[in-house]
Amino acid sequence: MKIGVLALQGDFIEHQKIMEGLGAKVSQVRLPSDLDSLQGLVIPGGESTTIGKLAVDFDLMEPLRSFAREHPVWGTCAGSIFLSKDASRHQPLLGLMDIKVERNAFGRQVDSFEINLDIPCLKKVSDENAPFHAVFIRAPLIESVGKDVQVLASLPDGRIIAAQEDHWLATSFHPELTGDTRFHRYFLEMIP
Amino acid sequence: MTAETGSFTVKKGLAQMLKGGVIMDVVTPEHARIAEDAGAAAVMALERVPADIRAEGGVARMSDPELILKIMDSVTIPVMAKARIGHFVEAQILEALGVDYVDESEVLTPADEEHHIYKHDFKIPFVCGARNLGEALRRIGEGAAMIRTKGEAGTGDVVEAVRHARTVMGQIRQLLNLPDEEIMAFAKELGAPYELVLETKKLGRLPVVNFAAGGIATPADAALMMQLGVDGVFVGSGIFKSGDPAKRADAIVKAVTHYNDPKVLAEISRNLGEPMVGRQINSIPESELIAGRGW
Repeated sequence: MKIGVLALQGDFIEHQKIMEGLGAKVSQVRLPSDLDSLQGLVIPGGESTTIGKLAVDFDLMEPLRSFAREHPVWGTCAGSIFLSKDASRHQPLLGLMDIKVERNAFGRQVDSFEINLDIPCLKKVSDENAPFHAVFIRAPLIESVGKDVQVLASLPDGRIIAAQEDHWLATSFHPELTGDTRFHRYFLEMIP
Repeated sequence: MTAETGSFTVKKGLAQMLKGGVIMDVVTPEHARIAEDAGAAAVMALERVPADIRAEGGVARMSDPELILKIMDSVTIPVMAKARIGHFVEAQILEALGVDYVDESEVLTPADEEHHIYKHDFKIPFVCGARNLGEALRRIGEGAAMIRTKGEAGTGDVVEAVRHARTVMGQIRQLLNLPDEEIMAFAKELGAPYELVLETKKLGRLPVVNFAAGGIATPADAALMMQLGVDGVFVGSGIFKSGDPAKRADAIVKAVTHYNDPKVLAEISRNLGEPMVGRQINSIPESELIAGRGW
């Protein structure tokens, strides 16, 4: 199985290492031709404005959209913003997932946090009942989702932080920053 | 299920999100917006860039909170600000302002010539400069969540950044080849906490994100530092002291992403206008050098 990590900016190496540890072949995507022969793509955490600008400048927007129509794509944090249709402000977005996100929804870095969450969908890949330790760094929130979008996880107060629309996955937090590989396995399972 | 803020994981985590990116010195909200539009991953809010601090002399201190707040209001990307080495009250003020990262920086005039800030006491993360592995691990021991290998700030001469990046990487390569019984003596020689030396050996790299800083003035300089193995770059005077800051900022951002692709580097290096004038390190009297500040 060959997976790409969008390597314009951010913590793509963290995703790459976990995916390689799970047996996937991983390559870094910086130019449109790097998408050839991949079966899935991860858009990492980072700064969504930086990632969006570089994607526009290196003519990646349309190639990424057509790749995503055929193959599973997962965005974490900045990646989830980039996948969304609406980020409540003007910046380059792939506009694929029918979710509305709010950037820096929890505040500044001093408000970044970690928390244990129950995420039922992970039962698909693991019998473990342990909660998932989720790390939020200047994180976005999924304010609302369209009718075809399934909510995968919420905070104890009900605010949405993970969602799936068919073969697209968005998480506000960073499964790549913890040793827990369940979310990565969940994504790999989505690849036919 | 309670949320925990201010942990070392979230402090280190923000630096991980900045990787592969450029952090730019800015002195006005307009600069900050130019930096954000060019694709900066964060900005450093300052009253004067290092080249001006160097030229004007005098005591360099934390910037006016009013300016920092205006810059924070003008962009959506993280905003960093500098405190003097050892000046923990400047750091407390920056934390109260809500900046995203504090740079305990040798570019400002040190407030303490023996001790750095005890950074574990803070909820916001710190980045500190280092010239070698021992200095880097001492700073991490005090709680730094990010390191930048020091160059000679405000000169536009990349030679010191290269020297210190090579020193840190070289000492890590040396460590990786040591048998277990020699590590304690190596830690003693470095003046570094033993546990962090062990962790560095286990990871094969510094335990936190490591950027290059000081003297980077061109896309080629930025790509050079990336190829030497750093995770990203700080650019200070190199952008806003050049002929066309917006264009140069844009090109340096692209160079950090495509650091390993000489064809792209050739394309983005074209027609950037005048670089900052620059000063060769060996033309500067020793008493005016700043990379040596830090203990």
